[in-house]
Amino acid sequence: MTETKSRRASWLALLLILLFWAAVILLDQIIKPTDKLYMLLTVLQKGSVYALAAVSMNLLNGYTGLFSLGHAGFMLVGAYTYAIFTIPSTARDTVYQYYNAAIRVSFPEIFSGALGGFGTVLGVALAVILAGLMAAILAYLIGLPVLRLKSDYLAIATLGFAEIVRAVFQWSKLGPITNGSNLLKSFARTSTFKLSIGEMSISLSTFVPVLIATLSITVIVLIVNSTYGRAFKAIRDDEVAAEAMGINLARHKMLSFVTSSFFAGVAGATMAMVLSIAQANNFKSAMTYEILLMVVLGGIGSISGSVMGSMLFVAASEWWLRGLDSGRFLGINAPGVFRNGFRLVVFSVVIMIVVLFFRKGIMGERELPDLFRKRKKPAVKEATE
Amino acid sequence: MSEKRQILKVENVTMQFGGVVAVNDLNLEVEEGEIVAIIGPNGAGKTTAFNVITGVYAPSNGRVYFDEKCVVENHPHGKQKKLYMGENADAYSRVLEPTPDQLTKLGMARTFQNIRLWKSMTVFDNVLIAKHLHRSSNLFTAAFRGNRKEEQRQRQEVDELLEVVGLTDVRDELATSLPYGKQRRLEIARALAANPKLLLLDEPAAGMNPQETQELTRFIGEIRDRFQVTILLIEHHMDLVMDISDRIYVLDFGKLIAQGTPAEIQSNEKVIDAYLGVVDDAENT
Amino acid sequence: MSLARTVLPYVISGISVGGQYALIAIGYTMVYGILRLINFAHGDVFMVAGLMMVYLVASVPLVLAIPLMIALTVLLGFAIERVAYKPLRTAPRMSVMISAIGVSYLLQNLALYITGGLNKNYPAIPWISDRITVFGMETTRVTVITPFLTIFLVAVLVWLINHTKIGMAMRAVSVDFETSQLMGIKINSVISATFIIGTFLAAVGSVLYFTNYPGVVPTSGAMPGLKAFVAAVFGGIGSIPGAVIGAFIIGICESIIKGLDTILIVNGAITEQIGLATFSDAFTFVLLIVILVFKPTGLFGEKTTDKV
Repeated sequence: MTETKSRRASWLALLLILLFWAAVILLDQIIKPTDKLYMLLTVLQKGSVYALAAVSMNLLNGYTGLFSLGHAGFMLVGAYTYAIFTIPSTARDTVYQYYNAAIRVSFPEIFSGALGGFGTVLGVALAVILAGLMAAILAYLIGLPVLRLKSDYLAIATLGFAEIVRAVFQWSKLGPITNGSNLLKSFARTSTFKLSIGEMSISLSTFVPVLIATLSITVIVLIVNSTYGRAFKAIRDDEVAAEAMGINLARHKMLSFVTSSFFAGVAGATMAMVLSIAQANNFKSAMTYEILLMVVLGGIGSISGSVMGSMLFVAASEWWLRGLDSGRFLGINAPGVFRNGFRLVVFSVVIMIVVLFFRKGIMGERELPDLFRKRKKPAVKEATE
Repeated sequence: MSEKRQILKVENVTMQFGGVVAVNDLNLEVEEGEIVAIIGPNGAGKTTAFNVITGVYAPSNGRVYFDEKCVVENHPHGKQKKLYMGENADAYSRVLEPTPDQLTKLGMARTFQNIRLWKSMTVFDNVLIAKHLHRSSNLFTAAFRGNRKEEQRQRQEVDELLEVVGLTDVRDELATSLPYGKQRRLEIARALAANPKLLLLDEPAAGMNPQETQELTRFIGEIRDRFQVTILLIEHHMDLVMDISDRIYVLDFGKLIAQGTPAEIQSNEKVIDAYLGVVDDAENT
Repeated sequence: MSLARTVLPYVISGISVGGQYALIAIGYTMVYGILRLINFAHGDVFMVAGLMMVYLVASVPLVLAIPLMIALTVLLGFAIERVAYKPLRTAPRMSVMISAIGVSYLLQNLALYITGGLNKNYPAIPWISDRITVFGMETTRVTVITPFLTIFLVAVLVWLINHTKIGMAMRAVSVDFETSQLMGIKINSVISATFIIGTFLAAVGSVLYFTNYPGVVPTSGAMPGLKAFVAAVFGGIGSIPGAVIGAFIIGICESIIKGLDTILIVNGAITEQIGLATFSDAFTFVLLIVILVFKPTGLFGEKTTDKV
């Protein structure tokens, strides 16, 4: 009985995802850059990036109970990998103006030569996957020494690693690969993604990040609901008991760390795509903190919570609270108070309130479908009592 | 002794923490199908012995055989060499320190003195996770449901197990919402789900009243018969111990002071001395 | 000889920076010793101390500004503990750490709002920011004073901890939080005292630190904060002398790496700049990871075992 029920739920989820995708594509065509609602597209794009980053962090911090603060470092690796392998050969020398570029491979170019438009898509997809893989490999190497550390030591060691990664990528001697401390640009970015059918041109600039995020998050959901996800939760709840019940701590922690970092890398690649630049200096520990706060906002241990948390975070800071920075908010005119930066102050206060008084965040450990199931449960309990 | 298979053999095991010798030159044997109890006053080193057997601690010296194979071995080396205060310091030369999960895979499963269930999970999930070690899937195949058959089989086995131990009605409750006695039972069920040859129970009756203890005694006997497991347990409740144990080992200050059948132990002078004045407060805990 | 001559200036400035880190590191190590909390906001309190000085000097004379700044910083440290950490005393440690990160975020954003994101020039403090010549090298007086002042303050602190009632209570709480509470120690006042001492030292440290830098920006506190924390871990978290020695080691290493290109060129090891200065911050973390892997308890930390 539960089997058919869960199958029905999967179909429903698939249907909802498809509807969401269709809606996103549609919005992308309707909303013009001059519209007020244009912010919605920005929020969807950036929100997707952060949602994926937050969910992948949640896999590690929330589900496995490993408090790691190295996320920005893995995103950096992802962003750079993606950027380096999609810069077209014509732009390569302008981008690397101070160095002699060492890597001159552009995936979309290689494949579009043979396969046309589909080749470009394939090249971009490969670059995104490679971005994840590079982050995952780095995570494996870092994980070997640090995953044995206990909670807060792990946090500080991963934070340190992210800082080391940032320094390495800015090192002038690696300039031919990373362009040193200069930014990478001119690579395949979302605003260039279009689908041309005859005369019609359909913009996919919002759809692509949304697509990457939904696919990745779906995979994470599948992992969390698999036997491995249960093992991760067992480690989080009680490490000693987990080990006594035959769960190899080192291997499972590593699996969670590497998987989480893979998706952090993908999120980094998507971020590069959306922002159309990649620069090591943007991936500071402050970015990790922001992602962590999104996870907390949504509820540690809830994937749908992380998605909501990051969407809210991005929407509030990019859109709804904009007025707080530009003199006018909710019809109140106070240019003296509502000036640059006030939005972030209000925002931080809200987050502190959540951290202190609503520690479970929006969702706690529940998921979206649980909300609909909830009504039934108390009734059953009453019956048994 | 007999033609029966030896499931567990602890040989000259010494466990020293800094300058404290918690277990001193312990030797014990458990045969297939037996129920063996380790008793002793508080602080006698019983749980430490358990932790050595299950791989939580690497012993300072000695060997542990499981299913007639040497699985744990250590000898005082490095810094320990000078500090070592136990016996048989030169008897062994290898270092074999498996992690607890490796030993569980070989066929040991344990419960804990202070119940360690996974708090955020349901009764069903708590038991299901114990099946994780028998998986044939990797992260990839598990995520994309390539292991559907295996998963289905495991779920069915867990449901059957819950039925046997009488926890079916609380299947979907949070493990921590159960009353104390049922939590103990669940912990035993979780250990059984790993299909062990040897089940190690650390004070299964701690905190139970006489009636619950009686029920548990019956339950442990049933488990042995139904699942064909060998049981090694630590216990303070003498009724339970005398009732179900085939043999008993008595520890005091880390040393083995007596061993034998319940009848032999009950009349052993050394044991009575060790317990004098301790019996009362042991029974209250 | 030439090696010593080229390295010496970096060592001296490293000792000075190390002394400033030490003053911050004590705040980390004491709080961690008692609450087992990495107080991520500590570095930002340090930054706020710097900003307060900038604004105070603009309105009151310097003699008043320094004590006023220290008092306000201490008040801030005290308030942060009361508002953001005290309500979470029974919550999991992760929640408190997240709260600390939240406070850090808030302080940085507040600073961003107030300064408008602009660099604020730190006031020149007469006498200590004067340029002087030591061993034939020109430097500021603060560079020379810092290590001595640091050691003096640490000596006073260690004396306080060993000889006063509150110091004894602090040691008791750091050994066993719950038992101390049961024995009638007023946990909250001990914790407040810890935060007050920690922020006081950070405030003093901020004067020494920012005098040598062009100015204060909202993120000024993040890096020194992290480094000071690393110093605390390096020396063995919970140990005050450990934190101080860790801070000096980190300060010196950082300073040498900043000048490593020059040192190597002068000594003929390399012929051109290879940009090693990029790693002056990252090297701290390399040290951190090395110590965590090989001696997780730090140089002077005590080992604890978990009970099953």
